[in-house]
Amino acid sequence: MNVERLRELAISDTGFVFDPYSGFTFSVNETGRFMLQALKAGHAAEAVAAQLAEAFDLTPSDDPSRDVHEFILMLREQQLLPHDDDREG
Amino acid sequence: MIRPRYERPTLIRHVAGMMNKYARVGALKPLSHVDGVPVARLVEQFGSPLFVFSERTIVQRQHELKDALALRFPRSQLAWSYKTNYLDAVCRVFHREGSWAEVVSELEFDKARRLGVPGEQILFNGPFKPESALDKAFSAGARVHLDHFDEILRAERVAERRGLHPKVTMRVNLAVPGTPAWSRFGFNLENGQALDAAKRLRAGGRLELAGLHCHIGTFVQDVDSYRQEAKKLALLANQLQRELGVRVDTIDLGGGLASRNTLHAQYLPGDQVTPSLAQYVEAIAEGLEALDAGAAPPTIVLESGRALIDEAGFLVTTVHATKRLPDGRRALVLDAGVNALVTANWYKHDVVPAQDFAGMPEPTVMYGPLCMNIDVLRDQLLFPPVAPGDRLVFKNVGAYNVTQWMQFIVERPAVVLVSRSGEPAVIRRRESLDTLVSQEELPPWLR
Repeated sequence: MNVERLRELAISDTGFVFDPYSGFTFSVNETGRFMLQALKAGHAAEAVAAQLAEAFDLTPSDDPSRDVHEFILMLREQQLLPHDDDREG
Repeated sequence: MIRPRYERPTLIRHVAGMMNKYARVGALKPLSHVDGVPVARLVEQFGSPLFVFSERTIVQRQHELKDALALRFPRSQLAWSYKTNYLDAVCRVFHREGSWAEVVSELEFDKARRLGVPGEQILFNGPFKPESALDKAFSAGARVHLDHFDEILRAERVAERRGLHPKVTMRVNLAVPGTPAWSRFGFNLENGQALDAAKRLRAGGRLELAGLHCHIGTFVQDVDSYRQEAKKLALLANQLQRELGVRVDTIDLGGGLASRNTLHAQYLPGDQVTPSLAQYVEAIAEGLEALDAGAAPPTIVLESGRALIDEAGFLVTTVHATKRLPDGRRALVLDAGVNALVTANWYKHDVVPAQDFAGMPEPTVMYGPLCMNIDVLRDQLLFPPVAPGDRLVFKNVGAYNVTQWMQFIVERPAVVLVSRSGEPAVIRRRESLDTLVSQEELPPWLR
């Protein structure tokens, strides 16, 4: 996954995200911030899902794997990940 | 180490222009109980989706309006608008608390009679009253509101056949500033049609003109419109007395009072801008000051529906699925759609979770269960994270939904009334396949 744009993001501890490339700002929740940091560090989607399961208190209905893929779609929609790169890892 | 609770991830881009000087933080609070009964228990007992009505709220709203009228007029009367919600139990509550019935069809008339409403406590409105309906109404002593000249002729025929000289009310339409004119019902005031109709009634010698009625519109949030309406009706009453010697015993200002819902085209939320019932009545009282002194004060009638029942109704629904749309919005698939919540087409209904929630609200669209593109309950709102199985409660849904709802694709849900002592009881059962097919027939060649 090409995470070049993610590496440019400024991500605060409280979930405020600044994209210097577009000037846009975003809010992410705690889980979103975790995913953003992990993806930015180059981890693959399934690895990020496993890390989430370690780091957070999950209920049986939670599905981090589904959510990581959904989050990647959201990043693509916001032009923070390239659309043409649809393979993780 | 205590691990933080997992939430589904959100990523919300900040958009300039969303805030304004009226902006307020959406203080979204869960609604976990209706009149002390847990929503979870209601769903467990009666299923989901589920309409829930609060008898306490119905009674409270009705008395609020009744008291406001009694404070200003020596004689006043409420008539429950059947078309707004004609479930037996709901009508019973209104009648028990002193409301008459306002019906607009023979079916509604029969329903009121079946509930034991005396004929003389039924106001029969509407543009379509066949002879059979007029016959029933006159025979029972109901007050018929005449809508057009053909109806005058028809009513005279029926009354003559019965040997009766019934009192009737004339429906009038008129223009008031601030509200689009409703000219399709009744006789127009401004062009003299109403006066002509009054003369025609007197000349006929069969029907006694004893009341004036007007309904200026629906969801009218401008109390001044009612002031103008009342004043125009008062001046017409004066004119009838002066020129024709006709003294009306009733002035009926119809309904149309807004509830606390928010229309799609409305900027500020309904709970901030909808006038109180007392403000409406105050405006009407000011307008009626134009009535000639000396005349015996007429009974003032209101046929408010929505403003009395909307807040008493809740729709409990369950989240079936969550999904992410290509534009980034989160979508919820709920088990109730526009088939049940028809008023979603008119209002941005207030909707809240029925259980505690945590996490960042994000742009959300709420879909119903129908495989139809139109099935949207809320197309854009900021809503906290929810998961399949969570319950949501749509508020202010008491008016029109359980009369205009559709049996379409799925069954209509059950309706429950929570008594003033907090006891829930089914007042309309959930439909089934049997309900659907009970009216159908297979012709012989297809059996």
